[in-house]
Amino acid sequence: MNIFKMPSLGADMEEGTLMEWKVKEGDSVKKGEVIAEVESNKGVIEVEIFEDGVVDKLLVEPGTTCAVGTPIASIRKENETSEPQKKEQPVSTEKTVEKKAAKTNKKIEKETKQPLPAEKETKTVSDPAPEVSESPGSHKIKISPAARKKAQELGVDLDALAAKTKGKIGTAEVEAASADKVKKRGGSDSMRKAISAAMSRSNAEIPHYYLSTSINMTPALDWLAEQNEKRSIKERILPAALTIRAVVKALQAVPELNGFWQEDGLQTSEAINPGVAIARREGGLLTPALLNAQEMNLDETMKAFHDLITRTRSGKLRSSEISEQTIVITNLGDLGVERVYGVIYPPQVALVGLGRIMDAPWVIGDALAVRKVMQATLAGDHRATDGRTGALFLDKLNQILQKPEEL
Amino acid sequence: MTNEEIKAKIIGQIYEIAPEHEGEKIPEDENIQRSLEIDSFDFLNLLTALNDELGVEVPEADYSEVDTLEHMTDYFAKHMS
Repeated sequence: MNIFKMPSLGADMEEGTLMEWKVKEGDSVKKGEVIAEVESNKGVIEVEIFEDGVVDKLLVEPGTTCAVGTPIASIRKENETSEPQKKEQPVSTEKTVEKKAAKTNKKIEKETKQPLPAEKETKTVSDPAPEVSESPGSHKIKISPAARKKAQELGVDLDALAAKTKGKIGTAEVEAASADKVKKRGGSDSMRKAISAAMSRSNAEIPHYYLSTSINMTPALDWLAEQNEKRSIKERILPAALTIRAVVKALQAVPELNGFWQEDGLQTSEAINPGVAIARREGGLLTPALLNAQEMNLDETMKAFHDLITRTRSGKLRSSEISEQTIVITNLGDLGVERVYGVIYPPQVALVGLGRIMDAPWVIGDALAVRKVMQATLAGDHRATDGRTGALFLDKLNQILQKPEEL
Repeated sequence: MTNEEIKAKIIGQIYEIAPEHEGEKIPEDENIQRSLEIDSFDFLNLLTALNDELGVEVPEADYSEVDTLEHMTDYFAKHMS
């Protein structure tokens, strides 16, 4: 019997809400099959199972928010019989209690950060004791059950609000905080928070080095234009797909940039799963992965890229796509940016930035010509690789883009 | 189809692709991609949808002729007749 837990969809995720089960108890499931939809700070994600088996018990009701690592289902082997007596049973009972307890389940998992078990809070509310003097950095939250319910509905962060209001929170404060929140742009608040956490960690932990090179894109774009001319509009290949394919090929030649920094060592990944930075129309940005891009030719890369953008914007990504990136490619060329200095997503060890393709003077022999030129940059983790590795990569990328017919 | 009808179709597809602009007036003479934050991917989707609706396929070589709402309307009007 195996326990399926609330997955971590990225290092920055603390909890998720189970929206819908895609399977029933007793269903056979195959590795990679979507078994549930979970809402996280990255939107609704289709969660895949990692093994074959039979769904034994679904331990969590749709609508429940639980911390990463909470058992949500048990999966038995095909030939294993259902066990009536299971040790995870108490967990599910506890969940019901948690749901009743003014939906404070998220707090319980965060005890280390916020010493506020549910019982204590309830007591504080009914107890008209004078203000408790608090140790610096920690706030005791005084909040009415009605205000807490409102905060849950409106998605107001009570910890942050308590810090502002010196711990006393009523429905009025919650509503005011919610109104403030609505004014902010740049994606949902939690997505902003998740990005901020990952990027702060990156800048604090990763000694970045940056390299940049100018690439003559005229041969690649001319070749692509020729190809696209022969194709119907639905089969056209975007320059972005061509550059992704080129980056993947270059990574095959310089694999040290494709992987993770873990336990003080570089672990390269055989699969190349480039996370592609994709903006969502409502604001915010995700970097879902093109899984196993090393196995795709240019057409397949374009197809997968098309599919990935469509699903990112409609909010239907899979758990593996959101958590298994081995490197990130940021292409800000559409916005007219010339050069991208990226911040690496830990635990990855590199980020490739691609700027705008623009007309620029280019020396050919002893003559000056105008060519389509793109600035490619590499942000590398200096613990994992040296500038030399990064330089080899950019050189390889350049060479590959000069022979587009080999893509 | 009149120019006004073509323009209405184009605007309809722009709203599909960039729903946050739904109901807004789309500027006639500004670069569609830049003023509405439509990237190359969504721009291709826009042209694909218009191809389905109006039966005109815009080759890449003609992209400079469909950069604004006004130009795009003229382009489709010219190629539909």
